[in-house]
Amino acid sequence: MSSATFVLIAVLTLAAALAAATLQKLMHATLSFALTLVGVAALFFLLGAEFVGLVLVFVYIGAVAVLIVFTILLTRRDVGKDRGANWGGAFLAVAVFGGLTWAILKTQSVAIVAPHIRALTVKRIGEALMTSYVWPLQCVGLLLTSALIGALVLVMEEKR
Amino acid sequence: MTPTLQVVLVVSASLFSAGLLAVLSRRHAIFILIGIEMMLAAANLNFIAFWRFSPQSQPPTGVMIAIFSIAIAAAEAAVGLALVIAVYRHYRTTNVDHLNQLKG
Repeated sequence: MSSATFVLIAVLTLAAALAAATLQKLMHATLSFALTLVGVAALFFLLGAEFVGLVLVFVYIGAVAVLIVFTILLTRRDVGKDRGANWGGAFLAVAVFGGLTWAILKTQSVAIVAPHIRALTVKRIGEALMTSYVWPLQCVGLLLTSALIGALVLVMEEKR
Repeated sequence: MTPTLQVVLVVSASLFSAGLLAVLSRRHAIFILIGIEMMLAAANLNFIAFWRFSPQSQPPTGVMIAIFSIAIAAAEAAVGLALVIAVYRHYRTTNVDHLNQLKG
């Protein structure tokens, strides 16, 4: 994990995140959001969690971003612009960022470099999922099924 | 020189703040959902960072929590966007300032 790559990806990710938070056009903001997620996935790769990075790309860019684009197209007639900058919200976000950064920089125990670790293979993740995490896995499967059925029920046309 | 845990945490905090900015200053329901997703991604980045910078455990807990968190975020996004479409059908708007029927 080299410093220059990390800084480059972090700057790109944060620029895309700020664009997603401030761009006026819905579609542009959504594409910036997708770019942000690509950056986060690249950070996961740099941190040695390749599997989670791939899952992030598949789930967020393959499913969530496409879903957002479909929703924008379905609610297109609502072209009302966002009202201008909300200074209260911006101030609060900056204050939260300042507080978090202050707390992180003040904590001495997090000023550490990464230890050398064994590579995290998909085999190890699969073994953990099928042994220690088998109940959470089943619960997440149940949750996803019920959430998708619930989403279908919500958007079904009401019978008149 | 490699980045320390502090640097990763600061990046994650700024991503969280960008999401918070989107949630607080936008008036479109879809934008607010995008902000929530960005905050969730920042939380996942924290999980992975703490896993990477701590002594290794078997099983890899941080990675597991991040995977489950991504799955739950996907379910949340599906239900949230379905709600946006249902609200749009009813009120012909997705601007949260106009959805004030329950206001006391």
